[in-house]
Amino acid sequence: MIRADSSILLEVHDLHANVEDTEILKGLNLTVKRGEIHAIMGLNGSGKSTFAKVLAGHPAYRMTGGEILFNGMDITSLAPEERARAGLFLAFQYPVEIPGVANDQFLRLAYNTVQRQRGKEELDPLEFDDFVREKMKLLDMNPGFLDRSVNEGFSGGEKKRNEILQMALLEPMLAVLDETDSGLDIDALRIVAKGVNQLASQDNALILVTHYQRLLDYIEPDYVHVMEAGRIIKTSGKELALELEAHGYDWISGDKTRASGVQP
Amino acid sequence: MNTLIKNVSFQEWISSWNSGKITAPEHSTNYLDQLRTNAVNHIAALKFPSTRDEEWRFTDITPLKHAAFKQPSAATELTASDLTQYFIDESVIRIVFVDGQYMPGLSSTAAQHGVTIDSLSKLVATDISAVTQHLGQIAEYHNNAFVALNTAFMQEGVGIVISENIVVDAPIHVLFVATQQEVTACPRCLLVVGAGSRITLVEEYLALTDCAYTTNAVIEAQLADSANVNHIRLQRESREAFHIANTSVQIAHAASYQSISIALGAQISRFDQHISLADQHAQCSIDGLTLISDQQLADTHTWIDHIKPQATSRQLHKCIADGSAHAVFSGKIIVRPDAQQTDARQMNRNLLLSDKASIDTKPQLEIFADDVKCSHGATIGQLDADALFYLQSRGLNLASARNLLTYAFGAEVIDFIPVDSVKQQLADLILAKTRIH
Ligand SMILES: Nc1ncnc2c1ncn2[C@@H]1O[C@H](COP(=O)(O)OP(=O)(O)O)[C@@H](O)[C@H]1O
Ligand SMILES: [Mg+2]
Repeated sequence: MIRADSSILLEVHDLHANVEDTEILKGLNLTVKRGEIHAIMGLNGSGKSTFAKVLAGHPAYRMTGGEILFNGMDITSLAPEERARAGLFLAFQYPVEIPGVANDQFLRLAYNTVQRQRGKEELDPLEFDDFVREKMKLLDMNPGFLDRSVNEGFSGGEKKRNEILQMALLEPMLAVLDETDSGLDIDALRIVAKGVNQLASQDNALILVTHYQRLLDYIEPDYVHVMEAGRIIKTSGKELALELEAHGYDWISGDKTRASGVQP
Repeated sequence: MNTLIKNVSFQEWISSWNSGKITAPEHSTNYLDQLRTNAVNHIAALKFPSTRDEEWRFTDITPLKHAAFKQPSAATELTASDLTQYFIDESVIRIVFVDGQYMPGLSSTAAQHGVTIDSLSKLVATDISAVTQHLGQIAEYHNNAFVALNTAFMQEGVGIVISENIVVDAPIHVLFVATQQEVTACPRCLLVVGAGSRITLVEEYLALTDCAYTTNAVIEAQLADSANVNHIRLQRESREAFHIANTSVQIAHAASYQSISIALGAQISRFDQHISLADQHAQCSIDGLTLISDQQLADTHTWIDHIKPQATSRQLHKCIADGSAHAVFSGKIIVRPDAQQTDARQMNRNLLLSDKASIDTKPQLEIFADDVKCSHGATIGQLDADALFYLQSRGLNLASARNLLTYAFGAEVIDFIPVDSVKQQLADLILAKTRIH
């Protein structure tokens, strides 16, 4: 008898994806269980952001093979909003500026959409205002950002905090943070890490895409994966991040014997 | 030359819908009646516009030509309670037209010091000089058949006269309500703002019928020295309507005119805006937003005439076309030889929401002075795919995401509106599908 393992949140098997006619993801495997924190590292251009966007359902990327099971459900034919409502969240490496859409309006719209999906109470503008201000306090964000257009004119760090604020509001089951640490100074990094840690629980999981060990000082991963040319070529414990920091990527690059992508 | 195409004269068109000629007023020395008589006599010399005319190149109004809409019969009986839902919270002074006719009974022109509002015939009869001096002088009818037609019927119009150094804080709401089908209404409004005075005008067209009718409106405005006018224009006619409108504004020394014109309704609409920067340091900013879908056609033509030195003009016009809609923008800026140190900037941005929609744009600068700062530009684009994905990735469905981004594109213009309730009303209208209750 085959029984779905309810502890598994994400199962990616032999994922292939193209942008236009170029294959970027070339057989990626990854399994994430509830309660786990995974880090994905790798050189620029190795396909980390592509993987994140394919997970979230970006229409510019075409899946050409493999499967993605989220919470036991095949999500490959779901629209991005359906994935989001199912509990998947992507904090963008480059959050989009949307002139003319007020941040508070956008946040409330997103919040209520997800609440409704979960059969929970929606908030009117006044209630939401109180609610979001509390969340912003945790991230040490100036409430002034509520009145501005979404991400417009925000500094790099402010955009990243706005992403984490969205994550805090939407309470996803699986959050993928794509280089949320780049562009943050050490104080901001600490605050963001604190916010992320507060959200981490035994029921949800986290994938951190990062270049730097320093984020992992604050958010401790259970697994560290190295990506190269569209695949995960090495998986290990958190000590791998330190080795990468010290020795770079050359020593594992192309070493196919170590490639696995399936954690122990 | 194609001799098969016959130029329909304007007169023929009017005769067809009016079962006979329009007649000039009885012989009269009254200024208004003379003006009307001249206009009636001139109509015979004018032809119905066609796409062979440069100014109508993109806009085919053949359906209007075939619509034989007579003059409205007796005014529809309305009470204020039929209209309260359309009133603007902030407004105290309200001027209501029904099917082109000024309705004092539905209006609220309660005396404010320095503000005179009455029908044009009464104002002319009592010889208010501001009226006899400007009426028919700002809106040119010799080359414009629709203005001539409006002038012929202008006795039903209204005059708003503001004395010198008066500040009217609350917006003056001028509401043009259509109730009858298959009629041609010709509302007329004259606005004279005295030196140093300051007002906000909200000019709004709406319909209590879904049927076809024609509005042919003319607004004339004179701003004396250092006057300041905010002019908001909301065109929300029925989706079957024809809407033709001319606004002509003359701006004197150091006076300032800001207009925001929003076009949402009508089957076919055409809005002509003529701005004369008639003296030094005159200023205008005229912004516009057209938001149409389905089979709608909306054409905006603007002329900004820099006549004297050191005047400033600013213009942002945006068009959003969905479905099979067709938007037209033609914006001409003329800088006369005398108008040195003119500072003119014009920008036209367009958003196409479907493959079948189309937008024609024609920005034009005609510069006859050498020491000027002038710029213009036009862009056309679609909704940003990354922004759509970003919104979807936060749970908004595609339709809501498109709606929100469409609104955001227009919001740049809507946000200029200095009357909060109007701004909110437009936001609600455009975001109706996105709102979560
Ligand atoms: N939209 C796109 N169009 C063209 N090429 C792309 C696009 N997105 C990603 N790529 C290419 O895919 C490869 C992987 O990019 P990316 O996923 O951003 O890498 P990483 O996030 O690891 O730096 C790169 O070679 C990049 O140029
Ligand atoms: Mg990346």
